[in-house]
Amino acid sequence: MAGGAASGGNATSEAYAPARGWLLLPTWVVLGIVVLAPIVLMLIYSFLTKEFRGGVIWEFSVDAYDQFFFDRGLFGDDAPTIQWAYIQIFWRSIWQATLATIFCLLIGFPTAYFIATRPANQRTIWVFLITIPYWVNLLIRTVSMRFILRDQGPLNDLLQWTGIVAEPLTIINTNLGVQIGLFYSYLPFMVLPLYAAIERYNFSLSEAASDLYAPRHKILTRIVLPAVKPGLIAGCILVFVPSLGSFLAPDLLGGARNFMIGSLIDEQFRGSAGNWPFGAAASMILLTLVLLVLMVLARQQARLEKGAG
Amino acid sequence: MTKQRPIAIDIQKVVKRFGDFTALKEVSVSIGDNEFFTLLGPSGCGKTTLLRMIAGFEDVTAGAIFLYDQEIAKLPPNKRPINTVFQNYALFPTMSVLENVGFGLEMQGKSRAEARRQAGEMLELVQLSQFAHRKPSQLSGGQQQRVALARALAPKPRVLLLDEPLSALDMKLRKSMQLELKHIQRETGITFIFVTHDQEEALTMSDRIAVMSAGEVQQLGTARDIYENPRNMFVADFIGDTNLLEVSVDKIENGRATCHLGGGHELTCDPVAGVDTGARVHLSVRPERLFLSSEPEEVESLRGRVVENIFIGTDITTILDLGVGPQFRVRASNSDRGNLRVFEPGQNVFVNMERGAARLLVD
Ligand SMILES: Nc1ncnc2c1ncn2[C@@H]1O[C@H](COP(=O)(O)OP(=O)(O)O)[C@@H](O)[C@H]1O
Ligand SMILES: [Mg+2]
Repeated sequence: MAGGAASGGNATSEAYAPARGWLLLPTWVVLGIVVLAPIVLMLIYSFLTKEFRGGVIWEFSVDAYDQFFFDRGLFGDDAPTIQWAYIQIFWRSIWQATLATIFCLLIGFPTAYFIATRPANQRTIWVFLITIPYWVNLLIRTVSMRFILRDQGPLNDLLQWTGIVAEPLTIINTNLGVQIGLFYSYLPFMVLPLYAAIERYNFSLSEAASDLYAPRHKILTRIVLPAVKPGLIAGCILVFVPSLGSFLAPDLLGGARNFMIGSLIDEQFRGSAGNWPFGAAASMILLTLVLLVLMVLARQQARLEKGAG
Repeated sequence: MTKQRPIAIDIQKVVKRFGDFTALKEVSVSIGDNEFFTLLGPSGCGKTTLLRMIAGFEDVTAGAIFLYDQEIAKLPPNKRPINTVFQNYALFPTMSVLENVGFGLEMQGKSRAEARRQAGEMLELVQLSQFAHRKPSQLSGGQQQRVALARALAPKPRVLLLDEPLSALDMKLRKSMQLELKHIQRETGITFIFVTHDQEEALTMSDRIAVMSAGEVQQLGTARDIYENPRNMFVADFIGDTNLLEVSVDKIENGRATCHLGGGHELTCDPVAGVDTGARVHLSVRPERLFLSSEPEEVESLRGRVVENIFIGTDITTILDLGVGPQFRVRASNSDRGNLRVFEPGQNVFVNMERGAARLLVD
């Protein structure tokens, strides 16, 4: 390891060592303000006592977590039982976000593959086309989606006019409505990293595989997917995480019965019905959940990179 | 190619167009079973295109390709018992060396264990057993090249295609790989179609060579045949070192053609089909087929003045001015101890050639 090139590289970084601390200062400040401070604030608030018109009383309490997990309360007289209502909302959220990620992947992969295999000068145009709808605010897009999908909306008009269905399909206020909303909101987050990965993919590897007797589906599963795995994982994270915390699509397209964590948290900070510590606690639980998922994926990524040397 | 040898690949009047650009113009080549066949030509002449059509990556605009009497032009690449060593190797980066080599076997339906076992044997053949569990990115260029070779050989294809496989290697490694490839070809008995732009490499390795230029086969023959009897200007110039003289054919009689090249020089040589009396054509003479003397000899000769002697280790090249045409090169082996006489610059000498050394070329 004492090669000339290696020691040269070390010498350079050593020369900058004293400066490294303050050169990175802006980064630390920004990270501290936008990442660390809100989380610490949330963590503190989740352990405070709720005030009845919103806000908090500065008194330590684990009531928020207690309310989240236990029915009778951990500190009551009766034996505590698990409070399933909130866990169910969490479970539904995870399930919805997973499904949305799968749909985005199923549609996003062929889309990204299509764009990446266009001639180089056409690719930017396709990427541009994909992103155009996202210049409009998410709220406005979700409301428009509600308009399109409702019982007397353009989609049902079209389906009835073409005779595909006789009665209008009820999509709003169903799981399907939420799925469509999530899918539509986050599809580009799947397409763009996948596109970046596939564009870098060396297509002569597909030729080599085909030369070695691999049929098309084997080329996809054995060669292409492993090669674009980093983009795949990035896309899945970028869709799964915001889907999990999403509240616009569930609220506007799912209705009260298809409540998700995002909506639950959102509600706690609204008007006088809110419960700030409970909202903060739910956020912390969500954050922990997301971190766990990311850690698993990151570990897999690391193993992948170690393998690729 | 001898008559009894079956034909492995028969390319019949194959045309390839990309838009309105014609990359291959009616190429017809028959490649024998068990042959080491080379496609030789400058960059852009269509070698890769032809190879890719045999492998199945490009479709044929017109014409037909047969593999042992079976028309394959419509078969997808994975249905052809033909494997390729790609110019950039195209090793699978996420798989280990062993998995790379075993991939084709697995796709042929062998169990993973069996594929591994045979891949291991293949790695032994190319002396890479100790690297079986590395990733391709952890190997040197030469080692990657051998993995690519092992991977293509492992499924025991009927024909192996090699697209400039040695061009990225340094000179020394290249020489040893040339011998190794030749050795492996003999050992396995697989038909090799080898692509190169390096004429020396082609001459060293091949049973037969097709010299290509601008989408056409210019000449097809054994290395010796092509070197000694180049058919046209392109081949004579591309293969080896040669002196090209512009001549007029004065008369053809008694099986000899008499030509003059201006400046009072006259030569007789073997006539060639396609060159008639009165034609203005080129004549090729290899520098090593010439020798110098101060007195006239009993052979064909030209007169010239020595310009310069260049010592290149094994040989001495003498540059001469004939008073007409470009400068003339004569090469003498450095080991012709007794015979070798070096003439000083400015000296007038006779440039002698044996019968058959001068070749008339069809332009
Ligand atoms: N896909 C393609 N589209 C257009 N032209 C091509 C394509 N592939 C090759 N060509 C052209 O065909 C000619 C022959 O190319 P190639 O077979 O790669 O040459 P070689 O391998 O002998 O260097 C070149 O002029 C090249 O530009
Ligand atoms: Mg080429």
